[in-house]
Amino acid sequence: MPYLYHTDEDRRSMLQAMGLTSEEELFDGIPSKYRMNETLPIGPGFSEFETIRHFEALAGRNSAAGDMVSFLGGGIYDHVVPSAVNHLSARSEFYTAYTPYQAEVSQGTLQVIFEYQTMISRLTGLPVANASMYDAATALAESALMAAKATGRSRLLFSENINPRYQQVLTTYVTQQELELTPLPATADGGIDDAVLRKSLGDDVAGVVVQTPNYFGVLESPWRYRDAIREAGALLVVAVDPLSLALFQPPGEYGADIAVGEGQGLGNHPNFGGPLLGFMACDQKYIRSLPGRLVSETRDIDGKRAYTLTLQTREQHIRRGKATSNICTNQGLVALRSTIYMALLGETGFHQLGGICHAKAHRLASMITSCAGYSLRYPGPFFREFVVRCPVDAQLIVDDARASGILAGIPLAKYFGDDSRNDLLIAVTEKRTEDDFNRLCDLLRKT
Amino acid sequence: MSKTLFEMSRKGRRGFRFADEPAAGPVDVAREYLRKAPPRLPEVSEPGVVRHFTELSVRNHHIDKNLYPLGSCTMKYNPKVNEDVASMKGFAGLHPEQMGTDVQGALEVIYTLEKQLCGIVGMDAFSLNTAAGAHGELVGMMIAKKYFQDRGESRSKVLVADSAHGTNPASVQMVGYHDQAVPSAKDGEVDMDVLNSSLDKDTAVLMLTVPNTLGIFESRIGEILELAHARGALCYMDGANLNALLGWARPGDFGFDMMHVNLHKTFSTPHGGGGPGSGPIGVKESLARFLPVPRVRKVGKRFRFDDDNPDSVGAIHSFYGNFGIYLRALCYIVRHGAEGLRRVAATANLNANYLASELAELFPIPYGKRCMHEFVASGESFRAHGVRTLDIAKRLLDFGYHAPTIYFPMVVREAIMIEPTETESKETLDHFVTVMKQIAREAVEDPDLLKGAPYNTPVRRLDEATANRKPILAAPLNCPEA
Repeated sequence: MPYLYHTDEDRRSMLQAMGLTSEEELFDGIPSKYRMNETLPIGPGFSEFETIRHFEALAGRNSAAGDMVSFLGGGIYDHVVPSAVNHLSARSEFYTAYTPYQAEVSQGTLQVIFEYQTMISRLTGLPVANASMYDAATALAESALMAAKATGRSRLLFSENINPRYQQVLTTYVTQQELELTPLPATADGGIDDAVLRKSLGDDVAGVVVQTPNYFGVLESPWRYRDAIREAGALLVVAVDPLSLALFQPPGEYGADIAVGEGQGLGNHPNFGGPLLGFMACDQKYIRSLPGRLVSETRDIDGKRAYTLTLQTREQHIRRGKATSNICTNQGLVALRSTIYMALLGETGFHQLGGICHAKAHRLASMITSCAGYSLRYPGPFFREFVVRCPVDAQLIVDDARASGILAGIPLAKYFGDDSRNDLLIAVTEKRTEDDFNRLCDLLRKT
Repeated sequence: MSKTLFEMSRKGRRGFRFADEPAAGPVDVAREYLRKAPPRLPEVSEPGVVRHFTELSVRNHHIDKNLYPLGSCTMKYNPKVNEDVASMKGFAGLHPEQMGTDVQGALEVIYTLEKQLCGIVGMDAFSLNTAAGAHGELVGMMIAKKYFQDRGESRSKVLVADSAHGTNPASVQMVGYHDQAVPSAKDGEVDMDVLNSSLDKDTAVLMLTVPNTLGIFESRIGEILELAHARGALCYMDGANLNALLGWARPGDFGFDMMHVNLHKTFSTPHGGGGPGSGPIGVKESLARFLPVPRVRKVGKRFRFDDDNPDSVGAIHSFYGNFGIYLRALCYIVRHGAEGLRRVAATANLNANYLASELAELFPIPYGKRCMHEFVASGESFRAHGVRTLDIAKRLLDFGYHAPTIYFPMVVREAIMIEPTETESKETLDHFVTVMKQIAREAVEDPDLLKGAPYNTPVRRLDEATANRKPILAAPLNCPEA
């Protein structure tokens, strides 16, 4: 059997030491009517070589975006992953360690989380960041619950420009607790309507949830309605694309109370949508309502600097039913990768990457809009993703492009129905070249 | 102590450069949108980054180094081939918005793993979308809520054993249900009298861990589940301890309606220093329509996602859960096959029982004549010398072992919860026993030695009180540069 040590002699002597004669006896505690008589229906084991061949065949039935010219985004981006990220995160000292509950022998993991928290805090401009959530969708949902808990109120306003997949998860979570959701409809320019937002506020509103850049790539301007939200006693919750924070105002600067987002693009492969990295940061005031693990700097008894999990009375293993959330296992290894990634890029590299993606996206947008029949769906400012209104069904373009090895984008009818039939969401990363742009535009002209 | 990245930072250092860097021009967006200054990320060279994280890594205990006997955490060896499979480009490079024809292999992985898990635990349908054990529990509670709404019943109570993991009651609260603890009887199993009087018309779910956190199989499990069903409640199993049962018994056969499986425990996917894990939820046929969307269907020879299910609890993850973890778990199952998995459980139980029998004289085990994959000993006898279980745990670190789970479950005083797993040798177990015996001797002869432990670790005991009172959760913005 793979991965087991015992020889037959080992087994015999161990059983003998306990006065047993067979391993069957170890299962005596299970009533006989529940003991399995048949073999598990999963077939015989494979050798390592057979296993690899088996999975290579399965992988061969996929056509990975990474091998094509991809303009797919929608929260998951195809960025360059530096080799050092893969190599360092493959150190088994990191990936085979458990949650750092015994701090004396977990200083590596703990300091990484501390450095990660610091980076997320600096990106978002908010003082407190937790050790990670499953993904942006659940982080967003949990931040809505957090706002309800912190204010004792029961209604949440949310922008309909938020990633539709995040909206679905938000709805699933929030409706469990009899909280009410009020949608804020999208405006023609791709933002949300200030006036509608103001009218929807009331003393039962716990929080207002927006995303910037929103799902359509358009930058929102939450500072315009920040004061109205504050006056109504509600919290401002913002979902952000972390790379956009290289260039654009961070949530903390315009007074957001909670910021969340998807960290996949920070040094992680798309992995078919998981594992991802939900990050979550908040104002100092809400620290006691924050879900998830937190690491603090401290000292050991010799006065040496050290790190430890802290404020654990918020968490389920201490507070059980009264915890801020049920989250336990998080996305630690993905957070490690993102920490390594951000350290490699540094302040200058990160800023430049944001600039490259922004410049390339705008370059492609202008090339596309000069193709006859194509226009930008929304006039609002964007970062690295935008919606193109096509002269034909966007699905046709996607299918045509795929035949030439190009993933043209996400056809929006998938989420928004017939009104969006001709809309295509296009994302641009630093990996796309002028040649890729020309190929895409040639194709658009022909369709 | 090593410097932080922020203290190492030196303006102008770069660890990575992009090909088109000069191409980035000024940003043509209204000023109000712009950030005043870029975020202050540390500036470090690539070799500097590599040395930093390498230095940090060796401050960790990890399973590749030595025994990690954390009870209920199943810290087994993480096979290397799993990692090779998960990093294949045809999997890692897949974007979740790619069209179905491009992702047939990935959908087959999901479909196959769901089927394999059904066979292993005796459920009829699985959703892999839940990203952790607690996430699976949460969805289990959502399913229960839907089920009772569907039947026009309003129930809101969930009975949870007092020895259950903390996530159980926390997950219950997340759906607006309330939890009620069911105490353990003298034999460490569910107290039938209390259960009988607690199971009322308001009880939506009975939530149990089997074997329980004392490592004991509930001998009256059939009776318990029948009673719960007779009162109209659903029965949920926390599958954290499934490693004890693989190939020998199936929770679906006991009568459970739902359960989650921790791929990062039973199926050898790495814990990653806290995650990512994966907590697939399995249900019986009658509850399958409530499972989260999307689900993977097989139509003829093709696989496709199915979002169209009005009865579903809804979406619970941005996409399809932690796909990279499924690959590792499926790889583990494929490597073992039916007979291999059965050997895993037998060996896990053999190792735990062997260790229990060797330690019981010095560290009594209050519950259970025989355990399954784990056992809970008590360090109470050492209190007379002023030594607590915490001190014993800390002293173990000096010998190169990770400490067991301590002070859990709460039904055992000064609890020491040990799960060696199947991937440890007899020599390792024997050495661990020798060390525990030495520590027991030290506790009597030199209690202060234990109270000051550990001594040989990268840092010694920490000031957690100050960290709680005045937490420092981020490095200062202006730390001195190198």
